[in-house]
Amino acid sequence: MADSTGGDGHDPSRRDFLYVAAGGLGVVGVAGAVWPMIDQMNPSQDVLALSSIEVDLSGIEEGQSITVSWRGKPVFIRHRTAAEISEAADVSMADLPDPESDAARAEKPEWLILVGVCTHLGCVPLGQQGEYNGWFCPCHGSHYDTSGRIRKGPAPLNLPVPDYVYLDDNNIKIG
Amino acid sequence: MSGHSSFESNNAIVKWIEYRLPIFSFIHSSAVVYPTPKNLNYWWNMGSLAGVMLVLQIVTGIILAMHYTPHADLAFASTEHIMRDVNYGWLLRYMHANGGSMFFIVVYIHILRGMYYGSYKAPREILWWMGIIIFILMMATAFMGYVLPWGQMSFWGATVITSLFSAVPIVGDSIVTFLWGGYSVDQPTLNRFYSLHYLMPFVIFGVVFVHLWALHHHGSNNPLGIDRKGPQDSIPFHPYYTVKDLYGMGVFGTIFAVVLFFAPNYMGHPDNYIPANPLVTPAHIVPEWYFLPFYAILRAIPDKLFGVVAMFGSLLILFVLPWLDTSKVRSARFRPVYKMLFWAFFIDCLVLGYIGGKPPEGIFIVAGRLATALYFLFFLVLPFIGWFERPKKLPDSISTAVLDSGGGGAPDGAAAKAEDRG
Amino acid sequence: MRKFFLIAAFTALFASPLATPVALAAGDVEHPLEIKWNHGGVFGTFDRAAVQRGLQVYREVCSGCHGLKYIAFRNLLEIGLNEDQAKAIAAEYTMIDGPDNEGEMFERPGKLSDYLPSPFDNEMAARASNNGALPPDLSLMVKARAGAENYLYSLLVGYSDAPDGVTVAEGMNYNPYFPGHQIAMAPPVDDEAVDYIDGTKNSKEQIAKDVVTFLAWAAEPTLEARKRMGVKVVLYLLILTFVLYLVKRKVWADVH
Repeated sequence: MADSTGGDGHDPSRRDFLYVAAGGLGVVGVAGAVWPMIDQMNPSQDVLALSSIEVDLSGIEEGQSITVSWRGKPVFIRHRTAAEISEAADVSMADLPDPESDAARAEKPEWLILVGVCTHLGCVPLGQQGEYNGWFCPCHGSHYDTSGRIRKGPAPLNLPVPDYVYLDDNNIKIG
Repeated sequence: MSGHSSFESNNAIVKWIEYRLPIFSFIHSSAVVYPTPKNLNYWWNMGSLAGVMLVLQIVTGIILAMHYTPHADLAFASTEHIMRDVNYGWLLRYMHANGGSMFFIVVYIHILRGMYYGSYKAPREILWWMGIIIFILMMATAFMGYVLPWGQMSFWGATVITSLFSAVPIVGDSIVTFLWGGYSVDQPTLNRFYSLHYLMPFVIFGVVFVHLWALHHHGSNNPLGIDRKGPQDSIPFHPYYTVKDLYGMGVFGTIFAVVLFFAPNYMGHPDNYIPANPLVTPAHIVPEWYFLPFYAILRAIPDKLFGVVAMFGSLLILFVLPWLDTSKVRSARFRPVYKMLFWAFFIDCLVLGYIGGKPPEGIFIVAGRLATALYFLFFLVLPFIGWFERPKKLPDSISTAVLDSGGGGAPDGAAAKAEDRG
Repeated sequence: MRKFFLIAAFTALFASPLATPVALAAGDVEHPLEIKWNHGGVFGTFDRAAVQRGLQVYREVCSGCHGLKYIAFRNLLEIGLNEDQAKAIAAEYTMIDGPDNEGEMFERPGKLSDYLPSPFDNEMAARASNNGALPPDLSLMVKARAGAENYLYSLLVGYSDAPDGVTVAEGMNYNPYFPGHQIAMAPPVDDEAVDYIDGTKNSKEQIAKDVVTFLAWAAEPTLEARKRMGVKVVLYLLILTFVLYLVKRKVWADVH
């Protein structure tokens, strides 16, 4: 546009100001118009409303696990045995690629609650398998211990613990 | 008539690309230096506006497709899901629904502008054809899109319009069953309409490309309808028509925004907020407003087959318009008889639209038949007008006409006045 | 500029006679009363107190027959209820959930993410309980009727005795605002039909106005966001267009 300045006696500064103003307004407008088109891909209101679930723990015997679906992902709820708890608690932090104490991962030691998604590339690990008797991801061979912490293999991080609260002794709310 | 490829650049990356794919010189010659008649008025803004609307419809449509479910049990609910729960879903859906109407307003004005200024005449017949094809494809796309929310008007509109094909002798019923994928409008119909509604805009996009190709070969017609005599009659597209188009988009966008934000359901029908019910037909089936003139023609003929023939004929007759019009003069500005005829035709189209929205009772039946007759009469008398009409004297060139009008003696009071030049 | 008014006028002319012919059904239906709604107009917002009263009317009067299936309890937060109030309302409803670990469906109190339950399990049950008539879901009622809020209001307060010479069929009621004048729904609201929690006078007109306001919100909870954004967008476009007009005039100044 600028090269159309004809040098025919018009005030060039006013012309420049107009172009800058028009261009600036245009950029603001385009940005404002594009945002709704991006934000629509974020979770919708009904999806957000479903983001917490309640689970009854009373039926899970010691040494058993259940898998529940939370936000479309598997959540492992394991009633750990005394052996598993002590095994998890006795590990030296120096042996952990992603150091985290077992106490910080399980509010009550007998209940371990994990998002069952391998931190490598998102497969679902298999329970009570692998070299550390915890979880083993068959996709690329990541081994997790009885606290769901990564011990061996390509995964960089421990299996995440979701936010949860005990509503009472037998019921938890995840999310 | 594309500008010569005078494109040059010192930027190494631009040169590297240009040598392999001459895209910069293509853009330069077709949208920057492209010579355009200097006297185009604001009615010539409609082409670029239509292009913008097509892109907007495609973008919002792709987004809606991310949230919509083409299933008879879920379509209505998923539309409400978009309106209520998806972030800005209401905005995107209202944009798409009203955008369709705005698109048609622009295209109707574009078509009427072409008719008024004789833009369909040699050497632009194929350009005109491509335009009609785009128009017909748009109608098909809009019709199928309207079915998708699966409200009462969606369902019954689909039933009525597809049933038009049952008028075809012998194979009519088979065609309708084929279109439906069953014995009534149902899940298979919805699912295929969804697929085709998604496909068609891209077909339109392709035809638009051919439309523009033809346009750029001989360049735009202009309000005087005379050919350009030399470089003094043209100005480069950029910056003159880029800023003029942008200004027009601002005005149009403002009108669109007012409708979109403050009357988004004005052009819709309340019945389409009732979920489709195959057992109950609404009291009055009315298509979207942009189909009403054609709907009026369909209903004007008491015979089923001929009604359908007349309706399609009213569209297809546009293809032969360049040959029905025997006058050598393009612009209605110099054709006193044609000009009157054009406005009569325009008013007749409005009347047809009005009648199309009324129940087929009493006076509306008679008026509908009369208006339909007048619609076709326009095309029938057109060849004779060209023979007896005595056109006004054409200006020698665009430049002289423009200079004349600057002096106060405009060749035509109604259009293209001094403000065309800013 | 003059050309623009021409084009704008042309566009308006084009759109107006063609747009939505209001197709009221055959018969001389009474034109709806004109009510001023707080959420009407360019700057309109829902009257929160009226919407909340309308919710009470819906729950105590309408919900016996009419569903509101596109509204979830979480949506009640948008009409000014706090989370505890909305949860308390949700908990008053019983939801069927399941299956549980034994494969049985079970009942539980409603949660914020639940949608308002429909009064009948299916259409047949609804018709069987209503003398063959189907009480429609009210979620979109305001948008699904020509005349919108005014029509619904008029319908609710407009019941009257049939004029001489008109026979009202068994189980039907006379209402001049209803297409065909005979409606299966008995007069739903009357003076003192609801005792408002907030002490508002419970006249028939007040109740009707409140419940229609509530239904207007239910039909389009995003109305306020739409109008708020609309004011900003239109103002922005007016400024942008004006600047573009100046640019256009400048650029074209040297064309002769």
